Amino acid sequence: MIYQFEISRTKHGDRTSRLQRIRWETADESATVASALTGMNADPDLRDENGEAVGHIFWECSCLQKKCGACAMRINGVPRLACDTPLSSLGKKPIRLEPLKKFPVIADLMTDRQIMFDNLREMKIWLDRECSQTEDRDGVAFEASRCLQCGCCLEVCPNFLPGGSFTGTAACVPASRIIAEMESPAQTELGCLYRKRIYEGCGKSLSCRNICPAGIDIDKLLVHSNATAVWNKSVHSPGKMLH
Amino acid sequence: MDTINIIGAGLAGLSAAVTLAENGVSSRLISSQPSERSQSVLAEGGINAALDLMGEQDSPALHFEDTMKGGVYLADPEAVRNLTENAPRIVRKLAALGVPFQTENGQMIQRYFGGQKKRRTAYAKTGTGKMLMTALTDYARKFEADGLIHRLHHHDFVKADIRDGILRGVYVRDRYTEETALHSGPAIACAGGLNGFFPGRTTGTTQNTGHVQAVLFSQGVRMANLEFIQYHPTTFGISGKRCLVSEAARGEGGRLCVLRGGEKWYFMEELYPELGNLMPRDVVSREMYRVVRRPDCGDQVFLDMTALDPSVWRTKLSDLREECMHYLRIDPASALLPVEPGIHYFMGGIDVDARHRTSLPGLYAAGECACQYHGANRLGGNSMLGAVFGGETAARDLLDGGFDGGCLSLSTGCLSPTSVSLSTGCLSPISAEKLSSFLCSALGILRTEEGIRQSLEGVGEMLRDEALTEDFRARLLLGEAMLRSASARRESRGAHTREDYPERDDRAFRKTTLAECRDGSVTISFRDLP
Repeated sequence: MIYQFEISRTKHGDRTSRLQRIRWETADESATVASALTGMNADPDLRDENGEAVGHIFWECSCLQKKCGACAMRINGVPRLACDTPLSSLGKKPIRLEPLKKFPVIADLMTDRQIMFDNLREMKIWLDRECSQTEDRDGVAFEASRCLQCGCCLEVCPNFLPGGSFTGTAACVPASRIIAEMESPAQTELGCLYRKRIYEGCGKSLSCRNICPAGIDIDKLLVHSNATAVWNKSVHSPGKMLH
Repeated sequence: MDTINIIGAGLAGLSAAVTLAENGVSSRLISSQPSERSQSVLAEGGINAALDLMGEQDSPALHFEDTMKGGVYLADPEAVRNLTENAPRIVRKLAALGVPFQTENGQMIQRYFGGQKKRRTAYAKTGTGKMLMTALTDYARKFEADGLIHRLHHHDFVKADIRDGILRGVYVRDRYTEETALHSGPAIACAGGLNGFFPGRTTGTTQNTGHVQAVLFSQGVRMANLEFIQYHPTTFGISGKRCLVSEAARGEGGRLCVLRGGEKWYFMEELYPELGNLMPRDVVSREMYRVVRRPDCGDQVFLDMTALDPSVWRTKLSDLREECMHYLRIDPASALLPVEPGIHYFMGGIDVDARHRTSLPGLYAAGECACQYHGANRLGGNSMLGAVFGGETAARDLLDGGFDGGCLSLSTGCLSPTSVSLSTGCLSPISAEKLSSFLCSALGILRTEEGIRQSLEGVGEMLRDEALTEDFRARLLLGEAMLRSASARRESRGAHTREDYPERDDRAFRKTTLAECRDGSVTISFRDLP
C-alpha cells in the first residue's frame, strides 16, 4: 500500500512550521501512523515530493500499544495516539500529521506537555495518609489510575488554555483517585482546589468524553468527584458501605 | 549527602527516589520520558508476595524456594532471601499507597502464576504495572513538591564521569534543548531491559534502548548472565512489536494446545502433570518451540480460554479480553487465541551484589537493567517485586554510607551542572537492525555453537568499521558480550538451551557469567555463586 502524508515540520528552536508531503509504502496491512513514522526514520534516503531529503522526523513514542500516551498528535486534525491509528482507517486522502496545538512545539511532532505534570503538582494530587480502604469501591481507583497523561482531552477542551487556571480532565481523572480515598474531600485543600481549578472551569461540553485513547469512563469519575468534593455527598453503589 | 542521580523513572527508579526522599535525601530523576511512559506501566499480571491470603500455608521460605528453582539455582541466594522476606511488606506498602489490588469480600486475593504452587500473585486485573506506577508516581509527586525529587524529564544518559576509578557524576542531554550537562554525585541505573538490541521483536517499549548498559559496559562496568533472555510463551505480533498475553490468562485457567490429528492436544498438561500450563516460562516456551516442529502436530500453538467462567472475564481479565479483540479481532472467551513465544525480559544485565552495588564504586543498578534475583529464568510476578525492592535496596545502601564511604569525597569536587558539548552520534536504524539480526539468529530459544560463531563473525566485521560512532561501537561490544556469554556457557539451563550441550552441568556452570570490556575487547569469565 502507498500512503501520502503531510507532516508538519518544525526545527528545534524554530517557531515556524511547514507541511512536508511524503509518500510512504508498506506491505504491512496493520501498519499504524507510528509504524509509518518509524519506517520513515529508518530510511536515510527518504525524500519528499520535491526531492528534498526528509531527515529525522521528531516525535515521541514508547509502548506502541496505547498504554503510555507518548505518541499523541493531531492526525487529520483529531488528537489521537499514533500507535493506535491504523493507516487503513484513514481513507484515501493525504494523512496530515501535526503536533498537539495546546502545547509548545519542540520539533516536528514533539511537544512539551510539562504543564500537565505541573498542574498535578500544583493540585497536590497525592495521598496525604495511608490508604485505609481495602476495597476499590465502584472501581474508581482502577479507572482513575489508567490515565496516560497524553493530553488528548486537553487538546479538544474548549475551556483548557495553557497558563489558565482550569486544569481539565488530565488533572480531574488522577484527582478522582485521591478524592475517592478521602472521608470528607470537600473540606480538604484538594477538595478546594478541585472546585476552583476543575469544577468551576468546566463548561460541561464533555468533548473529552469520547477522545480519551484509554477509554476512561470520565462521566463516572466526574459524578463521584463532584458529589463528594463539591456537594459533600457520598456516592456508592448499594450494598457497599463507607469504611 | 549529595543529590543522587537516578537514571530511569520506572518502578525501580521511583522506588529508589521515594526511599531516598523518605529519609530526607534528594535525587534527580533522569528519564527520557515521564514515568507514565515507562516500561513498568506495561507490566500486567501481578506482583508476588507470600502474604498467605488464600489459606494455603504460603511462606517467604516457599517463595524463596520457587524463585531459586525457577531460576535453576543461578540466582544469589542471599539477595533472593532478602527479596522474598521483604515481599509481604512491599505489597502492603503499595496497598497503603492506594494500589487497587483485587479483592473479594473486602479482602485482597492472589492468583496462580507460573512456577509457583501457591496463589501468591497480588494483582489488579491485568493492569497491575500501571496501577503500581500511578500510586508510586502520585507518592513521588509529594516529594517533588517538597523539593526532594527533581525530575529531569526528556533527558538522556550520555555517559558516566569516571575519575580515579570512581563514578563522580553523569552526563545527561536534554532532548528538548539538545544541551548536555554534567551532574555530580553517585548514580543508580534503573534503565530497563535490553529491548533496543532487538527492535520490533520484544514486548517492551522503544525507550528501553539498552543505551545506558552499552555505554557503561564500554566504560568498564561489569555485566553478568547476558545469555539469559526470557521468551514469554504467549505473545502475538502487532505492528512494530510483540504484544503480551499475560501469564494471568493461564493462572486463571487458560490452556495451551496444538492441533494433532485434528484434535486439540493440551501438551503441557500431558508433559508436566503437576504444574501443566503454569510451568516456568523457559520450560513452556521450549516445549512450544518443539511441539510445532513435530510432524504429527500443527505449526501453531493456541491459548484456549473458552472454558473460563464468565465471572473471570468480567472481574479479572476484562482488559486482556479487550486487547485480544482490539488487535486480533478474536474474542478469547469463545475462540482459540494463536500465540508464540516472544522476547520479554532480560535476566542478565549490570552485575550487582545483594546491596545492588556494581563493579564501579559510586554506581548502583536496579530493576531489569541489573542482573539480580532471577538467575537463569525469571518467574512471573517477580519482576515488579525485584524492581521495587532493588531500587529501595540501592537507595538504602547509599543512605547507610554506600560503597565504603567512597561517595563522601564527591561533595568536595568542583563539579556542577555545566553545559558541555558532547558528540554521541545518532543510532542508524539500518545498523541497529543488522546487529539485531545477528543476535536473534544466535540467541533464540535453542542455540548452537555454530550459530553463535557465525553471529560473532558478523558483529566482528561490523566492529572493524572505522567510521563507527562511539555509541554504536559500545552497542556492538555489548552485543558481542551477549554472544560470547552464550558461547562460553556450554550447558543448558533455564532460558539458555544449547542443542549441542543439552544437559545441565552444575559442576562447571552453576556460576555467574561475567562479561568485561577492557581497551575495546570483551572477556568472559565465571564466578562462583556467593
